[in-house]
Parts: sequence; structure tokens; C-alpha cells
Amino acid sequence: MEYFLELFLGGLTRGSIYALIALGYTMVYGIIELINFAHGEIYMIGAFTALIAASVLSLLGLSGPSLLILAGVIAVIYSSAYGYTIEKIAYKPLRQAQRLSPLISAIGMSIFLQNYVLLAQTSDFLSFPALIPEFGFMEPISHIMQSSELVIIVTTALCTILLTLFIKFTRIGKAMRATAQDKTMAMLLGVNVNRVVSMTFIIGSALAAVGGVLISSHIGQINFYIGFIAGIKAFTAAVLGGIGSIPGAVLGGLILGWTESFATGYVSSDYEDVFAFGLLVFILIFRPSGILGKASSEKV
Amino acid sequence: MKNAQPILEVRGLIKDFGGLRAIDTIDVQVHSGEIVALIGPNGAGKTTFFNCVTGIYVPTHGDVIISPKQRAPVRLNGLKPNKVTEQGLARTFQNIRLFQKMTVLENVLVARHCRTKSGIFGAVFRDKKTRNEEREMVDFSYRLLEKVGLSGQVNDLAKELPYGAQRRLEIARAMATEPFLLMLDEPAAGMNPKETRELDGLITRIRDEEGISILLIEHDMKLVMSISDRIYVLDYGEMIAHGTPKDVAGNKNVIKAYLGETFDA
Amino acid sequence: MIFGVNMQSKSTSVAGRIVSECAQSLMVSLWFMFLTFPIMVIRIKPLDRTIEWRWDNLFYIAIGSFFLSFIWRYLMKKKRDQGSSEDKEDWQNRIGLKMRSEPKVYITGMIVLGIAVTLFPHLFSSYQTQIMISALMYVMLGLGLNIVVGLAGLLDLGYVAFYAVGAYSYALLNHHFGLSFWMALPLGAALAALFGIVLGFPVLRLRGDYLAIVTLGFGEIIRLVLENWNKFSFGPSGIAGISRPSLFGIELTLNQHTIYLYYIMICLVLLTILVVSRLRHSRIGRAWIALREDEVACQSMGIDKTRTKLTAFALGATWAGLVGCIFAAKTTFINPASFTFMESAIILSIVVLGGMGSIIGVIIGALVLILLPEYLRAFSEYRMLVFGASMVLIMVFRPQGIISSLKQHYEFHGQSGEDLG
Repeated sequence: MEYFLELFLGGLTRGSIYALIALGYTMVYGIIELINFAHGEIYMIGAFTALIAASVLSLLGLSGPSLLILAGVIAVIYSSAYGYTIEKIAYKPLRQAQRLSPLISAIGMSIFLQNYVLLAQTSDFLSFPALIPEFGFMEPISHIMQSSELVIIVTTALCTILLTLFIKFTRIGKAMRATAQDKTMAMLLGVNVNRVVSMTFIIGSALAAVGGVLISSHIGQINFYIGFIAGIKAFTAAVLGGIGSIPGAVLGGLILGWTESFATGYVSSDYEDVFAFGLLVFILIFRPSGILGKASSEKV
Repeated sequence: MKNAQPILEVRGLIKDFGGLRAIDTIDVQVHSGEIVALIGPNGAGKTTFFNCVTGIYVPTHGDVIISPKQRAPVRLNGLKPNKVTEQGLARTFQNIRLFQKMTVLENVLVARHCRTKSGIFGAVFRDKKTRNEEREMVDFSYRLLEKVGLSGQVNDLAKELPYGAQRRLEIARAMATEPFLLMLDEPAAGMNPKETRELDGLITRIRDEEGISILLIEHDMKLVMSISDRIYVLDYGEMIAHGTPKDVAGNKNVIKAYLGETFDA
Repeated sequence: MIFGVNMQSKSTSVAGRIVSECAQSLMVSLWFMFLTFPIMVIRIKPLDRTIEWRWDNLFYIAIGSFFLSFIWRYLMKKKRDQGSSEDKEDWQNRIGLKMRSEPKVYITGMIVLGIAVTLFPHLFSSYQTQIMISALMYVMLGLGLNIVVGLAGLLDLGYVAFYAVGAYSYALLNHHFGLSFWMALPLGAALAALFGIVLGFPVLRLRGDYLAIVTLGFGEIIRLVLENWNKFSFGPSGIAGISRPSLFGIELTLNQHTIYLYYIMICLVLLTILVVSRLRHSRIGRAWIALREDEVACQSMGIDKTRTKLTAFALGATWAGLVGCIFAAKTTFINPASFTFMESAIILSIVVLGGMGSIIGVIIGALVLILLPEYLRAFSEYRMLVFGASMVLIMVFRPQGIISSLKQHYEFHGQSGEDLG
């Protein structure tokens, strides 16, 4: 029973991170129908930036929760900036182009960013400090659930709630929903589509950065390649839940997290990634609209 | 003269999209040698009707049956679009859907696909049979292009053609599939009066010389009245009138549909 | 516009324009200095977790982005003004027509090329020949993927899977049954084709981007299975001691094997060019292009899209299978690490760079992308960086690639038509 609980909470943790990254995919796809292949790299850059910031700040004497928060904020700022810049360079010029062009551009950007970090930093795994503090009250159950897992789950829940409120009640949130439904109409009604798209990228990147900082703290190491795998898995989560749907991204993330956790816990840990890819292939073939999504049809 | 058996018969066609009934119980018949027009205000369901007949949509209810000369009747419901074309129905599209990056000739050549056979082996080894088939395809296509007046632009890219020429190319391309029934979706859209008159002549020639029957959707009333043997009028997915051009022109329901309730004929 | 500040200058004076352009570039430069500061300037040393400060990088970023900003804006303006780059394509078509109508030039060129190609391995070192063999392998891979992506318009990101099938088929058959290269070659190709059909079947209904991701998923699944199913594929340690291609049982030295393989590759590449070219200018090639251009219209013109897509997949896969066998024979050792997504991405970028659908373009693309990094050894670290950047730049500025597809030209003298293509 304890093992089950441990796997359950582990899956919840993983799923939360997948959800945070998946939100970025789903929002961008909802707005401009593009799979932002480079989104995983934004997550990776968030983690690296946090590590760099934390290293510098700890030299200046900072520690504890303030170190986590400050490093996290810096990571979020930088990831958002990268997301904003990538959109302007690789995607905005291709808004009118044929369907495949932005995807190929995204793949190119993904490769570019991976190698950028690789060359500028290192190909080795870098150890990431445990920035999330250990809570005293978690002591008794620490064999089932760790403090960092609690922080991750709570933070994700908070972010999701904030995002939902933002989309629902703010002006820009409404503009985002309008643009996602009908870009031309929104433009004709005076919505600044460019600004909406930029905002979408910024928010998505920020969430991915939060995920990057938290999970890196939890796992303890990062590497320039983590964006690729996390990106594919998060994309799986987004599609699973229904691409374009925010609750779908969260749902998909959790389902994927639990699937991986239980599969590796009870079946085999070698094929961990195969489960995720298998799920991805399965969903795209049999139900591409996902759980909460609706199928769209082309007008002939 | 009309044959007893219509070459295309649509019975009780209904098409729903979720909760929306786009087409509500429509009956249409086309007899051999006829030019039949389908008219109605925008959004009446005319292109949806075409899509149901040609296999792009699957009808919710009803039957689409073809009975070309010397062949047993075939029910088209649920057949894929390429199978429908193989059976002998060809169509053009409301928004021109040419293969833009291919040449004029290649666009028509592609449409010969379903009437030819050579496969990978033939393509790679270019045996005599394949070479002959290829030559025949090119000749056939060229002659079709001559018929629509595009033989001078054979090597131009489709996207380089002026609008009216593109529409004629679409017609030639459809004809390359050797249909017994040609379905034209707004062939005169965007044409000036001179081009429309030429189109009138072209469509009539296709019927007279090639023996192909025509079903067309059109908004240009002058063309419709001049060329059609019979007209069906659709509004909000329903058939509101049907008959010869004279019958339809004076029909109160038709006038109401186009011009609204307040107009008094 | 940067941060809501309108940088467009309203004044038309030359000085005013220069100032505003410089101001824009300055803003861009500052932005990139900010953006790249943590990653470029601050380096965490992996071993001792100390920090290295590289202020010179900041300087390079500042200067580099300042000047690139001008170039970027200039190219963007050109792209906007140009609309369709028809005059560009026209010069290629004119060269093509000229070559055909002046056979003497064409034939002389071909003869010179033929001599150069034949003498190559004897004039250059074994190492250089190995590089050329590698480049030729990528030419074949590019031409194979060109069928799927360039002609049929199906974005296959898992092409490396078929490459792996070919390689492992030969490796395993050779390891367990001692099958020779020549016998394994057709088997590897056939197996890859089979995989192409099997993998292609479920993805047929999918739209462009989803198709891409599913194929990527398939590619990764195959690699992961190869890595973990130790009993079958010997896992991460791979298979070693694979036989080289035999020449009637004659004993060859290492150098001679290299030369032999080079000639085999030349023959295979020529065969590939011939077959792909014939496929493209045939009934099925036209069906592929129609499928790529407009799937709905294509179906309405009587083309069975399922069959057409599967044929493209299977034929594309066949080529990857062939090259896979050659790869196994060349390196005599394979392991799953050679078959990552990055390989698929490289092959894709060859097709994209060369010009989707264009055979000559793909050949040039492969030679450029593979040979250039080898000869610019000093910059070889930056190879993948340049790949990535070039994919983005090509999509933005020249999506049709170096050489856009030459038009198929037909001549009509009176009645019958003759194909000059």
C-alpha cells in the first residue's frame, strides 16, 4: 500500500511538471496552430538559468527559500524573454507560410538552442542544488512523499488556478481566447494579435521555467538534452488532454505522470520512455482530438 | 431527349453536422444529355450537396445512385471521393483548387491517373507499355487543353494563369477523368460578361461534343437561364422549386428566397 | 517595434534614416546582450562547480547582433517586397533549358565530372574517401526522404527508423547466419519497405504536424527497443565484427576496401538518381506532387490517397534500408546511438536546404551539409548549431531551398507530345 502511495505521489509530481510544460504547448497551438518544438528547450534554459543564478547568488551569500525564489524569478524572466525572442525570429515571419514551414523552423530552433547551451556551457550533467527546503512537518511521511514533491504539486495547482483566472477575467485573457477561436475576426475587432501571440509565448515559457526550476531541484541534475525528452512527453500530455485546452493540458500531464510512475514501478523501468512515446503514438492515431478536445474539420 | 432512367438520382438526401441540418430531404435527378443547374442564396447548401454526392461528406440519410449508360446502377453513399471519380463523376471547386506548383499540362495529366495503370515497375523501367501509356496520356491531355483554349500555356505553372483561365483549366482537369457527369461549382464566379459568354459556349460544347451531362451550381442568372434544361432551387437546405428556367423564374418562392419577404413580384 | 517604442523614423533624410537604423540595431544588440548574459557569460564548471566569467563573449554578442540586426532587417524588407520570387526560379529554369538545348556543354560537363569522380579515391587519401562515402550515403538518404517529404509532402521525422532496420538486418543476419553483404542488401531494403508500410498505415489519416510527431515517436520507440531488448539487438553495446562487402572472395586491404566501397556507393547513388528521377516524372510521381499540393482535390481527381501515401512511405523507407546496410558494412560496428532523432533531423535539413522535391538540390544540399563541416574542421563543433540556424533561416527567407523544382517541360510539334524532362 505504501509503495502504491509512493508511486501515486511520484506520478502526481511528474504529472505536475508535465502539466506546467504542456500548458505552454497547448496555449501556443490553440493560438497559432503550431507545435512549438523548441518549447522543451525553453524549459531547459529555465533550469540552466536558475542554476547559474543560484550559483552566483549563493556566492553573494544568499541561501534558503529566498535563493529558490530569486533564482526562480530570474529563470522565469529569462525563459519568457527567450520565448518572446524565438517567436519573433522563427515563427512570426512564417505566419502566412505553408503548414510545414513553421514546424521545420521550430525543429531548427530546437536544435539551435540545444547546441547553444551545449557549446556555451558543457555536455556533462551539472549538479543542481536542492533549492527547495525540507519541511519539518513532512518528516514522518518522508518515505512516501518528499518536501520538494509537495512544493511542486502545490505550485502547479496554484499556477493552474492563476492561469485560469487570468484567461477568464482579464482583458488580455479574453483577447487570447478570442484569437484562439478566430484570429482574423479578433484582428478585425481590434485585438492586437501580435501582442496576444507574444503574451501567449511569454506565459507558456514562464510556466515551463517554473517547472524546470522545481524539477531540477528535485532531481538534482540537469543537462542540455533534458528539454528534448521533457518536451516530447509534455507534448504527449497536451495532445492526450486535448490540444488547445488548458484543463486538458493539466489532465493529460497527470495521466501521463501516473502512467509512467505506475508502469515503471510495477512493470519495468527500462522502457520508461517507450511508455510515453507509445502513449503519444496511440493517442495521435486513435483520438487526435484528445480527451477534452473537439475534432475540427476542414471546409471544402 | 431524356432517357427514362436518370444517370444521377439523389433521393431523400439529408446531411446533418452535429445539430445543424445542412440539407433536408432533397431529391435531384439528372438525365443523360441534360444541363441541370442548382441555384439558391449563399449558404443554401449547394456545395454541401456536391460534397455529399462526390464522397467528401457521407450523407446522414438518403441515397445517391448513378446509372450511366450500359452499366448497372451503383449506390455512391460512403464511397471515397476517388472511387466516386472512378465511377465517372468529376467536379470542379468553388474556390479553385488547382495544383498550383504544377504546370497546366501536369494538372490535367494528374487527372488521367484513375484511367491509367502503370505503377512503380513501369515508372522505373519505362517499358514499352508504360511509354505508350504516357504518350497517350499526354496526347489526351493536350487535346483537352486545346478544347478549353489553353494549348498555348501548356508549360506555364497553374498559379501563373489569369483567373478565367484557371477556371477553364479546372474544367479540363475534371474532364480528363473521363466522366459521364461533370459537376461544376460556380464555374463563372469572378468572370466578366465576355468570359461568361465563352463559358456558356464551352459548357454547351462539352455536352454536345463529348456527350457529358452537366450539373452546375451557379449564381450568374443570365448563364443559368441561357444554358440549363432544368433548374433546382435550394434555400436553407430545402428544395423550394424545380422545373424549367421559365417555371422557376416566375416562381414566387424563388423570388422570396432571393429578395426577401417584403418584395412583391 | 521594440517594447512599444516605435523605431520607424518619419524623417526621410539620409542622416535621419542612418540614425534610426543604428538605434534599432543598438536596441537589438542590448536585448541580446541581456538575453544571452547568463548562458554565454557565466559558465558553471561541471567538476568543481566554480563559475567562469567570459566577458569577451558579451562583446562578441554585442557586436555580432548589432551587425546581424542590419542584415536581418534588410533581408526581411527584401522578402516583403519581393512577394513571389519568380525571377529567381526563372534563372534556374533557363539554365536547365539551355543545358538541354546545347548538348555539347552538357556532355562535356558530364564527362569531366565522370573522370573526376572515378579518379577521386586514387588522388586523395583513404580518410578523404571515407568522408566522401559518408557524404554519398547522405545523398542517398536525402533522395529517399525526398520522396516522402519533398514529393509527397509527408513530414517524416522518424526516417532514421528505416535506416536502423537496414543496418540491424544486415548486422544480425551477418552475425547469426554469416550472410554476406550482397545477399543482405536486397533483404535489408525489403524489410525496410515492409516497415515503411507497417509504420505508414496507421499514420495515413493524420495531418501534417501530427504525422510528423507520430513518426518521430515511432523512430524513438524503435531506437529505445533496440537499446533495451538486449537479447535481440545486444542493447547499447551493439553488434561488432560485421563483414565488409566482398569482391568475389578476393582479400582486400583496409584501403582497398575503402576504395571498393566508394565505387559501390557511386554506382548506388547513380542508380538512386535514375530511379528517383524516373519515379518523379511518372504517373506515380505526379500523384505524389498532387497529394502534396492539395489532398482533397487530388482525391477528387481519382487518386487513392491511402495507396499513394503508403507507396511514398515504402519507397522512401527502402532507400534508408539500403543505406543502413551500407552503414553497417562500412563501420563494421553499429549500436543504437547512431540512430537518434538528430539523424532524422539532419537528413530532413538536407532535403529542406536542397529544395523539397528537387533531385539536384538534395544532392547539393547533402554535399554541402556533410562535406563543409569536414573541410572546415576548425568549426566542426558548431556543425549542429549551424544546422539548426540554417533550418530556421531557410524557412524564413528561402523556403523553396537552394534549387526549387525545375518545371517539367513539354514540347508539342503539331500532334503528339514529346517529353523533354
